[in-house]
Amino acid sequence: MTSAAVDERLAHAGPLRRLLIRPELGAVVGAVVVFAFFAAQSEVFRSVAGVANWLDPAATLGIMAVAVALLMIGGEFDLSAGVLTGTSGLVLVILATRFGVNVWLAMLAGLVVALAVGFLNGLMVTRTKLPSFIVTLGTFLMLQGVNLGVTKALTGTVQVSGLARADGYELARTLFGGTITVGGVGFRVAILWWLGLTALATWFLMRTRAGNWVFAVGGNDLAARAVGVPAARTKIALFMTTAFAAWLVGSMLALRYTSVQANIGIGQEFIYIIAAVIGGCLLTGGYGSAIGASIGAVIFGMADKGIVFLGWDADWFMFFLGAMLLLATLANRLVRRYAEQVRH
Amino acid sequence: MKRTPIILALLGSLVLAGCSSGGGGGQTQPPAPAGGGQSPAANQGSFAVVTHGGAGDSFWDVVKNGAEAAGKQYGVTVTYQGDGDPGKQSQLIDQAVAQKVDGIVVSMANPDALKEAIGKAVAAKIPVITINSGADRSKEFGAVAHVGQSEDVAGRGAGEQLKAAGVTKLLCVVHEAGNVGLDQRCKGAEETLGGTVERLQVDIANLADVTSKVTAKLQSDKAVNGILALNNAVAIAARDAVRDSGSQAKLATFDLSADVVAAIKDGQILFAVDQQQYLQGWLPITFLTLHKKNLNTVGGGLPVNTGPGFVTKDNAEAIAKLAEGGTR
Repeated sequence: MTSAAVDERLAHAGPLRRLLIRPELGAVVGAVVVFAFFAAQSEVFRSVAGVANWLDPAATLGIMAVAVALLMIGGEFDLSAGVLTGTSGLVLVILATRFGVNVWLAMLAGLVVALAVGFLNGLMVTRTKLPSFIVTLGTFLMLQGVNLGVTKALTGTVQVSGLARADGYELARTLFGGTITVGGVGFRVAILWWLGLTALATWFLMRTRAGNWVFAVGGNDLAARAVGVPAARTKIALFMTTAFAAWLVGSMLALRYTSVQANIGIGQEFIYIIAAVIGGCLLTGGYGSAIGASIGAVIFGMADKGIVFLGWDADWFMFFLGAMLLLATLANRLVRRYAEQVRH
Repeated sequence: MKRTPIILALLGSLVLAGCSSGGGGGQTQPPAPAGGGQSPAANQGSFAVVTHGGAGDSFWDVVKNGAEAAGKQYGVTVTYQGDGDPGKQSQLIDQAVAQKVDGIVVSMANPDALKEAIGKAVAAKIPVITINSGADRSKEFGAVAHVGQSEDVAGRGAGEQLKAAGVTKLLCVVHEAGNVGLDQRCKGAEETLGGTVERLQVDIANLADVTSKVTAKLQSDKAVNGILALNNAVAIAARDAVRDSGSQAKLATFDLSADVVAAIKDGQILFAVDQQQYLQGWLPITFLTLHKKNLNTVGGGLPVNTGPGFVTKDNAEAIAKLAEGGTR
């Protein structure tokens, strides 16, 4: 590719080619295939109520996947993101129900805790130069213990509930955990947050200088530093972005279900990464897109709910989910390989 | 221009690949007796069972068997889904509502989180029956009945039996961090035992780790002379731990499996508290079928108890045969 770089930059690319080299195109194709597959077999799946149903998990997953995609483009992983949603939710619910703190203040406290965890993750990764996989695996396990230990110590139980009675709950729930009725069907307000954050992240990546820094540190950290990119600050900011998303999702879930279990969010971190990868992110960093990660989340949501709509035996659920995800990723890869051939 | 056919071919093959995977999905249905694909049964009624037990959990598998056997018996369609994450569980309930099923069976390990989803089902005039946990909130949420076993009554029963066996320091092995019902069992045992009860947190998904954790506890605290497992798979893991550590601790458990019954026969496990969860699958489908056909309601707002029964060395032999068939 490097030998052809001059030609590539000078050559006039037609609209089809420009479309094909977008990282998210493969995910779009995968999403269309998965949608067509389920919609053809289940009437409920393609009904408005069905769409509202599978957009629900896609929205909360999408918010996380977009943040995780930014981090992965920047060349790092965050395995603590899933448990951090639980931590943020627990801070909110425990402060609001056991200490009588206003819901908004409790959410602010949750945000401070989440951002602090994100900052520490980033600081440890940039200072120690250890792989973020190991560093955040450590934070993941530590947070898992903190969630259970602190919750039991403060409340004597493993499941904190009663958020609905706290001050300021109604407005917070409307904004973060409510539904909007469209055509007689309730759509989750999280869907709007998700679309907004995807648009914001895309603008940031494609149109701002800091967005360029993200691609630079993920593509080649040393080269990026050499040309004056503040690599450490960029990475710390990316870890804090993921932490912010975890706080947002954790608060949304806590407000919606009015309770949080101490073991919530464990295992979700891989789903975020999977959504980002389906959406065109490379595990090696430097390449990917926010829209792609969002579409990856849609694919996951469709497969997750579609299998239930079709009434397949629940014992086989994980098998079909895995097969669907592999197929979607394969579609992505084939399209991208073709796109790369087109470039030459 | 020349390449356009290539991409079309690639996309085409993908669509084909998608379809063939779907064919595989269809083929797995026949072994499940009450899968969603049986259209002749659809007019008799279709019911969704949504529990908090993950796929492959030995306890919930018996509930699933009970529900599916009842579905077959009455000629109704029964779909079973389970997820330990209350958010995902309520999404599964939302889905059942979207599919306009004739009735929903829900286990409420975390009632608050399921309140909204169950409310939507009730608002859509779909009868809901709660099972297993959440008896005290069932009526409030608008469920037509609750089928289960009172956790603290069962816990107190276990405590009494352990006290009679001479246990003074009991280890209560908690295997699901978010389940209030398990905590109630430990508390119930604490009330009647009269000695000390210590809780040990383990992960049901990692049974090897359960064994090593219980072993470590038995080795480090020789005063522990009784163990109460709250799940049949955990009981087997704890039995190995008692053997490995050479401890004299007496082991009791909640819930049965073929292995547990065999261990009771061999004297390795003192007794098992049986909540007869097959009934928690069978009865709700029976009640819902009767409700649909005949508008019957059962229980009058009080829980329908499926237990506790105690399985000891005396009756273990007969129950062993049934456990092997997946109905006890």
